[in-house]
Amino acid sequence: MSLQFLADGLFAGALIGLGAVGLTLTYSILRFSNFTHGDFISWGAYLTLAIVGGIAGVIAPAGRFMPFSFGWPLIVAGLLAMALTGLLALLLDSALFKPLRRTGHGIVMVIASFGASLALRALLEFLFTSEPAYFSRAIQIAVPLGLGIRVTPDQMAMMGLALVVVIAMHLLLTRTHIGRSMRAVSENPALARVVGIDVAAVIRATWLIGGALACVSGIMLGITVQIRPQMGFDLLLPLFAAAILGGIGSVWGAILGGLIVGIAEAAAVQWVGAEFRSAVAFVLLIAVLLIRPRGLFGVREG
Amino acid sequence: MSVSPVLLAEDVEAGYEPGLPIVKGASIHVGRGEIVVVLGPNGAGKSTLIKAIAGLVPVSRGHIALNGEAITHRPAHLMVRLGLAFVPQTENIFATMTIEENLQLAGHVAPAAERTSRIEAMFALFPDLANRRRLAAGRLSGGQRQMLAVARALMIEPSVLMLDEPSAGLSPKLVGEVFAKLAEIRKTGVTILLVEQNARAALAIADRAYILADGRNRHEGSAAALAADPDIAAHYLGLGGADGPMRGIAP
Amino acid sequence: MIDLVGYGAFFLVNALIFGVICLGLNLQWGQTGLFNVGVAGFVAIGAYASAILTTPETADRIGGFDWPILAGWLAAMLLAGGAAALIGLATLRLRADYLAMTTFGIAVTIQVVALNATGLTGGPFGIAFIPRPFAGLAETPIAFNAANLALTGAVTLGLFLLLEMLTRSPFGRVLRAIREDEAAAASLGKSVNFYRLQAFALGGAIMGLAGAMQAHFIGFIAPDNYLSILTFQAWAMLIVGGSGNNRGALIGAVVVWALWSLSSLAVGSFVAPAFQARAAALQIVAIGVALAAILIIRPRGLIGERAIVSRDVEAMAGEAGTD
Repeated sequence: MSLQFLADGLFAGALIGLGAVGLTLTYSILRFSNFTHGDFISWGAYLTLAIVGGIAGVIAPAGRFMPFSFGWPLIVAGLLAMALTGLLALLLDSALFKPLRRTGHGIVMVIASFGASLALRALLEFLFTSEPAYFSRAIQIAVPLGLGIRVTPDQMAMMGLALVVVIAMHLLLTRTHIGRSMRAVSENPALARVVGIDVAAVIRATWLIGGALACVSGIMLGITVQIRPQMGFDLLLPLFAAAILGGIGSVWGAILGGLIVGIAEAAAVQWVGAEFRSAVAFVLLIAVLLIRPRGLFGVREG
Repeated sequence: MSVSPVLLAEDVEAGYEPGLPIVKGASIHVGRGEIVVVLGPNGAGKSTLIKAIAGLVPVSRGHIALNGEAITHRPAHLMVRLGLAFVPQTENIFATMTIEENLQLAGHVAPAAERTSRIEAMFALFPDLANRRRLAAGRLSGGQRQMLAVARALMIEPSVLMLDEPSAGLSPKLVGEVFAKLAEIRKTGVTILLVEQNARAALAIADRAYILADGRNRHEGSAAALAADPDIAAHYLGLGGADGPMRGIAP
Repeated sequence: MIDLVGYGAFFLVNALIFGVICLGLNLQWGQTGLFNVGVAGFVAIGAYASAILTTPETADRIGGFDWPILAGWLAAMLLAGGAAALIGLATLRLRADYLAMTTFGIAVTIQVVALNATGLTGGPFGIAFIPRPFAGLAETPIAFNAANLALTGAVTLGLFLLLEMLTRSPFGRVLRAIREDEAAAASLGKSVNFYRLQAFALGGAIMGLAGAMQAHFIGFIAPDNYLSILTFQAWAMLIVGGSGNNRGALIGAVVVWALWSLSSLAVGSFVAPAFQARAAALQIVAIGVALAAILIIRPRGLIGERAIVSRDVEAMAGEAGTD
């Protein structure tokens, strides 16, 4: 038996976990499951791609950081795209979710997000067609790590990036006022107002951060697989499963949930067949809801 | 009036839904350094009045001023910056956050240089909390939670500290402790406005009291005079004479 | 002219089948407040179940039992309703969002199974030679379409009348009471979750029936018919028609399907073939934006619910008092 599936699963899991962190944050603060989160992932990837293209068009194409497939333009573009994806989320909130928040019905926001998700995806198809795109055509040579595991340099870089982002999120939530305010609003918005927290500002910050995190997931997926308008939407079910498995609102829970979903998917690919991969998340989702609906680290759901 | 009021509410009408006021024209004023209590039967609109002052319930008529500045219709989170602190009746702490984080959140309105010293001052005032600062607030006992909620409110060094039924759900012994602490806090110069069902405990520490019924002022006067009036005691306070029940009108 | 009448009948059959889906969705969401993002999944279960059971025997996949069409329809309802009941059992006691995620999950999973369980579903190529009602008339399309329109219309009308009766029955009142104020309904001693489970399963069965009707009318199914766009269409129809209202659900289905067909027709005839994929994408964007606008501007839909339903709780409380 090869342990390669573990490495593949960990990598996919880190990616899913990162996406789930954004989802769990927006869910616990805005109180609805946002179906557009997957499409923020796709938009993040395409925005990065467009900016990389713009940089290459204006300045002569830059080299890449060996042995990785990317160079500084991708890093600059990624940072810009994170801000832009955050702004996109903010824009969608003020155009769609904010008016609906005022009228009250939480679940109507889910319908709205489902419709917006389709529109965002179709808009990407309109702008970029549904043909897959790539950040780089450079061939990556997988490095053997022992035990029969091989990993590409890009994958290692992305794992490092995921780790940095998660630690940054942890510090943000525990050490900064905006982070603590986000936790406060997620626990009790009415009390948050009493304590002097501007809930509207916290909601804006949540969309910005959630969008930026989605963009990072999109870049990770774009670098290691490919870029398609459907890429984020296809990831949505694993994201939901990871967020619920970890417990809504828990950053580390979302990461752990992501890793579990990723490894379970990789194991299914190994033993059941790649074609049923996307059913794994569903099975896990149902299992969690039946056995422990508040998830591994959830506080009080159910 | 001998002292200029810190907090003034005139002819306030407020309620959760338009056209359905719960407070129907109540007026109160609180002087600097006073403890004022609002009493009244269940459904009288006491809690709604204090929430309307805190900016949590829409005000449809009337005028509210803090230190002479009009604050009617200000959103709740801005009230805090003006020095109006409010302790809700239930769910008044962030259970998933540590005690220290609860205080840090509230202290953010203070100048950066003072935040740490204010937290230490609170731990000095509430020694029970000091040795648990890293504990999740949800693991505190009922009395300790109430203390944390008060400490959290005091973090902003408020002009007025407002409390909605601080005795709710506490044992008689804890009620005594909480009110003793409020009396101690007043000695440091904090003005206090509280809404209570437990008339006896509240009148014991209050300077003045208002009695609300059906959303309007019914009686007002010094705490001692109201407690001594047998008619009022029997009708509104559930005290019913010297050997009457300890508790307020209804749970 | 004859062509136009024929097309009109063809269009109406499709629109009414969507109407049946919307009636199911209206029972779940409009009447009971249960959110289903997996409409396409339940429609697919119905379509595949009936197709597998009624097709003639085939060498390359399981199934082909050659059952009569009516038996296929019933099986479709049973299976889709059963799937809905299972989902409901797992999630109805939890908060509403979990139902949304789970139904979304089942739609994705059904899609995966349809695409990959080749031995059962025919895989990406789907199932062909599904028996069509009035197949004997297929030589004259206008007669064939008209006969099918009569059949579909009769089924839709029957279902509509049944659901209207249900809406007015004590059962329907309990459902709306649950939707309006769950705590109040529960306090009257109604077993909230059991009522919801029944409504959700029944709604799923109706969607399954619609799937089977569509499969038999077209005669051919493939996994691509059951993508999330189908769920989106059903929701758009219900929202345009106004949820909580069976008549609105049907009118919404016809109106939205007309707009959808017309804009597809326009894209097909006026846009150069090279740009058609992009124009189709833009069409979806436009409908998505329109849906969002309706949600914000007219949350009760273009037609809206007739009765004021929040009285139901009081009415029931009154009854309970006189018991």
